[in-house]
Amino acid sequence: MFNLRKLALLGLLPLALAGCRQDMHDQPRFKPLAQSDFYADLRSARTPVEGTVARGQLHEDTYFYSGKIGSSAGDFMPFPVTEDVLARGRERFNIYCAPCHSRVGDGNGFIPSRGFPRKPPSYHSERLRRAPLGYFFDVITNGFGIMPDYASQIPPRDRWCIIAYIRALQLSQGATMADVPSGQKVPSEAPQFEEPGSGATLPVVAPKSANPQPEEPK
Amino acid sequence: MQIFHRSTNTISRATIYGAVFVVAALFWAAANIQRSPYVTYAGVARPQPVPFSHQHHVAGLGIDCRYCHTSVETSSFAGIPPTKTCMNCHSQIWTNAALLEPVRESYRSGKSLVWTRVNDLPDFVYFNHSIHINKGVGCNTCHGPVDRMPLMYNYASLQMEWCLDCHRAPDKYLRPRDQVFNMRYEPPASDKPVRLDGKDYTDQLALGADLIQKYKVRNPMDITTCSTCHR
Repeated sequence: MFNLRKLALLGLLPLALAGCRQDMHDQPRFKPLAQSDFYADLRSARTPVEGTVARGQLHEDTYFYSGKIGSSAGDFMPFPVTEDVLARGRERFNIYCAPCHSRVGDGNGFIPSRGFPRKPPSYHSERLRRAPLGYFFDVITNGFGIMPDYASQIPPRDRWCIIAYIRALQLSQGATMADVPSGQKVPSEAPQFEEPGSGATLPVVAPKSANPQPEEPK
Repeated sequence: MQIFHRSTNTISRATIYGAVFVVAALFWAAANIQRSPYVTYAGVARPQPVPFSHQHHVAGLGIDCRYCHTSVETSSFAGIPPTKTCMNCHSQIWTNAALLEPVRESYRSGKSLVWTRVNDLPDFVYFNHSIHINKGVGCNTCHGPVDRMPLMYNYASLQMEWCLDCHRAPDKYLRPRDQVFNMRYEPPASDKPVRLDGKDYTDQLALGADLIQKYKVRNPMDITTCSTCHR
């Protein structure tokens, strides 16, 4: 008799455990950007109290965080430009800027063609070729015209990397024969693509075949 | 007096013998239901306040994952873009579309859009996006063909056996870091080699083994201990 009762209790155990299971799956704690009934705006993510400075966020280097000296834009990089900086700049430029400005910076990106009232200016215009580096930093940080600010999407160091890369684009697009080291072939051959990119991906460069396509036998 | 016919002896034996199969079948059915989309929701699109199409934005327009999911490389959480990120473009494009009214309303009022979470790991699992990205796990290895998802669904079961499948043998899945966000990446094949440090690989296991060395992926013994994820 007792055994039977114990057996019945054992039978109920899985049900009790099943009850725990979902509680452990959905614990009553704040997960990133999750909704919370506790606050009036229903956000579990809170902004810091006004005036607080988080560790490591005291912006002492004002040029690094604003691109300005006093009220005018400065024209130097706050850190040395290395190959890594340019590579980082190219990667970030292609993510955040190229959708509108295009990968070469001529303003013919795909997104504006979908219905923007006007396309962004080319970096290769006289005005932007002469613009100081700090000016680009200010535009990325605060926006300009219909371009929104990218302060929350691109951290300051990446903004500077992008600016270094924009300068590289300007130099490459405005290059003349005199800039080409002797012995270098000019112009470089345009790459052949196998297929268009998906958009998120670069097009696949077709392998250079050593033998050109054989002609039709006669 | 004999109530039951002698043949019932055979029937009762067969029944006892058959019960083994019945019980086994029940376990089998339970295991399969537990792995099915009925429980895991794999492949099931959830209702969202705006029918956002990853297919359109990724494959159609060519926007990189990181344009919106900005913290995926540096944080445990990939990041859901604020409404302002939507408005970067939609202040100019489709400004009158009824479909986008919840987005504009959110931007005007400052109230968050309430998206339904699609990839929801149990809370007793510690998961960090950044380490997976930095060790060469592609987005679509776990999230599936997001560039072909008009509505978002979770691709994987998100069950522990699925996690362990990769943690036990990461060399079967890793890819070079510069290909992590490439939605069209194909694992190395003899006709489509994958290039890493000037070397062409035609075999995933060879590539995976070298990537484990290069990215210092810890050995399966370390990354399959309980406390790796249940901490």
